[in-house]
Amino acid sequence: MTKRKDEKEGNEVLKNIGKRILVSIPVLIGVVFLIFVMLRIVPGDPVANMMKEHVKPDVMERMREEMGLNQPLIVQFFKYVAGALHGDFGTSYKLGRPVGALILNAFPKTVKLACCAALVAWLIGIPAGILAAIRQNTILDRLFMGTALLGVSMPVFWTALLFQYVFSYYLGWLPVSGYETWAHMVLPSIVLGWSSAGTIARLTRSNLLEIMQEDFIRTARAKGMRESAVILFHALKNALLPVITMMAIQVASLLSGAVITESVFSIPGVGRLAVDAISNRDMPLLQGTVLFTTVLIIIGNLVADILYSFIDPRIRTEE
Amino acid sequence: MKETREETRKEEKEREQSPHIPAMTLEIRHLKTQFFTAKGVVPAVDDVTIEIPRGKIIGVVGESGCGKSMTAMSVMQLVNRRGKIVDGSIRLEGRELLGLSAKEMRGIRGNDIAMIFQEPMTALNPVYTVGRQVREAILLHKNVSKAEAKERVLEIFRKVGIPEPEKRYNAYPHQLSGGLRQRVMIGMAMVCEPKLLIADEPTTALDVTIEAQILQLMKRLRDEHGTSILLITHNMGVVAEVCDYVYVMYAGQVMEEAETFELFQNTAHPYTQGLLRSIPQLNHGTERLYSIKGVVPNLLYLPKGCSFCTRCEYADARCQEERPNSYALGEEHRAKCFRCERGGSSSE
Repeated sequence: MTKRKDEKEGNEVLKNIGKRILVSIPVLIGVVFLIFVMLRIVPGDPVANMMKEHVKPDVMERMREEMGLNQPLIVQFFKYVAGALHGDFGTSYKLGRPVGALILNAFPKTVKLACCAALVAWLIGIPAGILAAIRQNTILDRLFMGTALLGVSMPVFWTALLFQYVFSYYLGWLPVSGYETWAHMVLPSIVLGWSSAGTIARLTRSNLLEIMQEDFIRTARAKGMRESAVILFHALKNALLPVITMMAIQVASLLSGAVITESVFSIPGVGRLAVDAISNRDMPLLQGTVLFTTVLIIIGNLVADILYSFIDPRIRTEE
Repeated sequence: MKETREETRKEEKEREQSPHIPAMTLEIRHLKTQFFTAKGVVPAVDDVTIEIPRGKIIGVVGESGCGKSMTAMSVMQLVNRRGKIVDGSIRLEGRELLGLSAKEMRGIRGNDIAMIFQEPMTALNPVYTVGRQVREAILLHKNVSKAEAKERVLEIFRKVGIPEPEKRYNAYPHQLSGGLRQRVMIGMAMVCEPKLLIADEPTTALDVTIEAQILQLMKRLRDEHGTSILLITHNMGVVAEVCDYVYVMYAGQVMEEAETFELFQNTAHPYTQGLLRSIPQLNHGTERLYSIKGVVPNLLYLPKGCSFCTRCEYADARCQEERPNSYALGEEHRAKCFRCERGGSSSE
């Protein structure tokens, strides 16, 4: 009986996931269209940008024709979509290599940074949030929440420069930039992880404080449970539900490239690729990175929803 | 407070020498629980004395905020951070509970004294199965294996009338109806066979038919196990149906106490009279429902005299100046009102 029910629940979950994937297709098309149009109406000519100043106008015109830039916008768009569906995202104007290959090449570096940063964010954010909630309104709470606020409000480029100055230049403990060794990862991970840790700590704290007021916490105490067990077994699982959603989306955005951090620390990841694409008016590359980011965010949201339904039985069995 | 505790300790020793189970399950004496707020001290429970004999169902009635729930939470010693038990004594089968260590108290909660609450929806953790939550209560107090604990859970589920216990064991709270959830709560409370069950408005959130079933269940468990029950309610109908003895509370104090039949028959305190008159009656064609005029006073600014004088239709100058004592009106009847002074003999 129970088994059949579990199966039913499992099918329900699969159906939900399928529905979510279908819903994300129009989102994807919309994003591609917006980016496509926007890149073409902003001032700046990619061909002029690529050529030297003294190149003759007819040469430039031939170049435009070759690149298909003289065709109507809608034709260009459908050509791009048709190509993308076949795995061809165009060729980078500046680097002359396929966009897909460029992104796949940069992705591992971004993944490395994103994983380290996420680890920093979780390992610091969640325990700090719990401790602050348990010791609400004490010095510890204020200290943690103050640090979290700093992390959230300080701009990343500024923290990055400050850390580079203190730890690399002044103390000489860590390399200034690069990505070759794990030591290179320390500063960018902390810089990037700190602001996420701040958000996670604040969310964990406020959720936990709210949950601790719930009736079922009183029930657990009335059973004769130790306070620490009440928090760990009964409060935490409930309090972390929204935190998990946020973490999944954070990871997705970290994976799509930390634009500023990668630039400051010279890590040739997806974020760096995007920045370079912007400064070079490299439209295919920029389109590619934005599309990549969109897909990652959609997947992140989907993963969050699936995780959520595994943890929260109320969602899992909703009719 | 010290004196009371020393007395208690002495009596405790005497009791330990007698092997039989004491006739009194719980004795609350002169209990005072206060809340320390920025605006001042709130006397949430003010000199409350309640006795719960073995195997009896004792009712505590009153409006919201009269201190009935706070009395229960004081017994459990689960008053929140701002509140503190400042005086009095709480004895479980003669053993003083006030002054016990946190660890000793944990051994009593859920084991010797169990509690069920008003909202069965929110009183159960939504992310765990109900079976697991009930099993937890056993594993905390009894030295049994998980499999054995599960057997006991299924057994108690059968006893509290949960159909298909094996199936319900793996159900989450949101999959059960309000009545079933309250049965789960009762099962959770009864699974360690406590000496005392505190039920805080157990049927308030339920339909009338389910209410009757739950009350019957509590009565049956009392009869089968000899459990004493402290039933907190605002519903006079519930009191009439199940309670053996009733305490009426108002503004943190016990205003009247009597054997149930006596209370309904010879209601003495104006507040109790008001409560009884507020019950809608089908055989009287009155247009408007009676209600006690005024509102419950703010506990921070209680009148100098009788707490009820601001709403009492009989109040005179003396009521506003002087606090009435508790006057005995018979063997099993006392009331805290000057109107009862001539009828009975004062105590305290």
